[in-house]
Amino acid sequence: MVSQAVIWSIFLLPLGSFALIALVIRPFFNRYSLIAGYATIAALGTALGFSIWTLRSVAQGHDLRFVPLEWLEVGSATIDMGLLVDPLTAVMLVVVTSVSLLVQIYSLGYMKGDPSFARYYAYMSLFTAAMLGLVLASNIIQLYVFWELVGVSSYLLIGFWHERPSAAAAAKKAFIITRIGDVGFLIAILYLFTQADNFAAAGLNAFHIPDIWQAAQPEAAAGALLGGAVLTWLALGIFAGAVGKSGQFPLHAWLPDAMEGPTPVSALIHAATMVAAGVFLVARFFPVFQHSIDAMTVVALVGAFTAIFAASMGLVMNDIKRVMAYSTISQLGYMMAALGLGLYAPAIFHLVTHAAFKALLFMGAGSVNHATGTFDMRYMGGLRKHMPVTYVLVLVAGLSLVGIIPLAGFWSKDEILLGAWDGTGLVDTWVNKITFAALIAGVVATAFYTIRMIIMTFHGEFRGGIEKELEDKGETAPAGASHDAHGGVHLGESPFSMVLPMAVLGIAAVVLGYLGNPQWDEEIGIPKHWITGFLGDGLGKALGQAGHVATLEFSWPMAAVSTAAALSGIGLALFVYLRRRDQAVDPLEQAGRLHTLAAQKYYIDTLYEDVAVRKSFFRIIAGTLDWVDRNLVDGTVDLIGWFFRNIGTALGKFQTGQVQAYATGITFGILAIILALLLA
Amino acid sequence: MSFEAFLIVSAILFCIGLYGSLARRNVLAVLMSIELMFNGVNVTLVAISKYLAPAALHDDISSVLTGQVFAVFIITVAAAEIALGLGIVFAMYRTNETVDLTEATELKH
Repeated sequence: MVSQAVIWSIFLLPLGSFALIALVIRPFFNRYSLIAGYATIAALGTALGFSIWTLRSVAQGHDLRFVPLEWLEVGSATIDMGLLVDPLTAVMLVVVTSVSLLVQIYSLGYMKGDPSFARYYAYMSLFTAAMLGLVLASNIIQLYVFWELVGVSSYLLIGFWHERPSAAAAAKKAFIITRIGDVGFLIAILYLFTQADNFAAAGLNAFHIPDIWQAAQPEAAAGALLGGAVLTWLALGIFAGAVGKSGQFPLHAWLPDAMEGPTPVSALIHAATMVAAGVFLVARFFPVFQHSIDAMTVVALVGAFTAIFAASMGLVMNDIKRVMAYSTISQLGYMMAALGLGLYAPAIFHLVTHAAFKALLFMGAGSVNHATGTFDMRYMGGLRKHMPVTYVLVLVAGLSLVGIIPLAGFWSKDEILLGAWDGTGLVDTWVNKITFAALIAGVVATAFYTIRMIIMTFHGEFRGGIEKELEDKGETAPAGASHDAHGGVHLGESPFSMVLPMAVLGIAAVVLGYLGNPQWDEEIGIPKHWITGFLGDGLGKALGQAGHVATLEFSWPMAAVSTAAALSGIGLALFVYLRRRDQAVDPLEQAGRLHTLAAQKYYIDTLYEDVAVRKSFFRIIAGTLDWVDRNLVDGTVDLIGWFFRNIGTALGKFQTGQVQAYATGITFGILAIILALLLA
Repeated sequence: MSFEAFLIVSAILFCIGLYGSLARRNVLAVLMSIELMFNGVNVTLVAISKYLAPAALHDDISSVLTGQVFAVFIITVAAAEIALGLGIVFAMYRTNETVDLTEATELKH
């Protein structure tokens, strides 16, 4: 059985490496900044070992409930800091530490020579530590602290090259948009705060997450604490936070811009940390959500809409990282939709497999950039011959994303589609049907943009990379135009430190699906439906149900349908692109207005920036406040100053220096006082 | 001689002194006027001591003499004050070459 200290150190190790780099290495040994990378890798390697140990311990059914540390006491509300270790936590720990570790190794090669190498690793350690703290938190306030810490460190990393205005703007955008969602989360927490007395009367702690679960159970003794409309609004408040972090519609606009950060950061944000936090949050409070049919419907529909909506934008992007960004938003939509339909375990399963193949795809994009100096796919092409390893790995990851049997993505996506079709009875049937239709359409779109991306990048003839791009733009200076720090074109495979983690993830992208072992029993060492059963049982235990929870049976017809959808998308992409691969003009542009609409991101950025921010916010709110400040506030202050200045000037005239004049004044003053006293 | 007569005399003295100290421009005249005011007050004190001391206290000589003692003190203090005042007048004459009080406005700033 794993001890409490070991679990804490999973979180404390990366935090320690952050402190070490920030306080010791960067100020004193910046010349040897490579040790910052090694320190981070060592910390995360150990943390990964501990995480696997924890997962084993949880899987063996050990009782991992620990007494939390008391942190604050406000009235009747006690705020603890503790560990909540259940199957969800254990799985997330392994995903976060392993992806983060691989990203750190990859970064050794990718960030080599960057002047801020140590700062990069400090941020990365902080980012990972924040995510691990979030996953482990047993208290909603504690969770919120790490939630915001994830936001801050992603801000730092997206704006890592802060000397570039676009990066600084993207960082700010990410921070502000996620903050809009966080307001909802905060309101939910504040509502719990107002209920602290009622919780305490029932023997519960309003901030302790298992207590919140319990309070949401209608059949529980304390069932009346949260229920009805209150429960729905509470769940929607939490979901608002998740929408911001996970880039769901309508708060998705920050995620594509977040590509301004270094590519390994994108890999980490998009696979295991930032965006997974939103899905994790909904999963964490799933026992609350599932008692509100309205909240579940909202989650499912937002997820389904995001899945198809983001995929449609991914179809037309020319920047390889942006294609992947929209793909991430779309896949997160799958997870959210699954959670909304009540498919708790499949959603997390998809999160796990997605973490592997999406991290790999981003690393592939970084590797491609390493060779060509650009992210614009119009200037790539033909890289298959120059970077065979990257090509094969990206192909595997891409097909896994598309959901081709037998790769990882197939198994997890299949579970979601199957569950959406069957329904779990937690939402109305029409929600199931709509979601299923959207997700199947999403599969076709996913297949199309993935294959388009692969063909544009790796097939055909090489189209000149960054040098050609700069030439077309009429720029001469290579500095600043290149997205990442490697200017120039030098076709060839990336260094070993970059290829190694990609290879590991490539294996994961193939085999991870078998965690959800669909058919066999004991033959491959993993019980049938291991991961979904494991997660489902964990949820059941949280709800106070004993025994095993039913898992979805593999269904051949559903597999056939999803494969057919994927293949039709692939076929379409091959038909459109393979024949005309060398044309400079994207064949999709023939769609005219439709293409423009998607390429302009449905004008949502315009709506936010122009209408919402500039026209409404700046003009109306900021304009009004500006007027009030200038005229009312400043006017009052000026008036007071004017009054006393003039009073002073007027009274100053009486100071003549004539002693006898003063004495006369005093005399008549005394006389007046005496007179007043006599008359009174 | 009645008590009121003493008070009238002292009031007249005081008012003459007050007028002089407010109206005269010569510092020496002002100082002299101030002396007049002192003496107006002194007359009051002595008169009150003579006429208003309670009969019950007439056995205790010290309490009857309180006002008179006060007057002696004031004379002493006035003498000291005049010495000081004349010193200032000398200093003023040396710097300003005048003893006109309306010219002495340096302390305004």
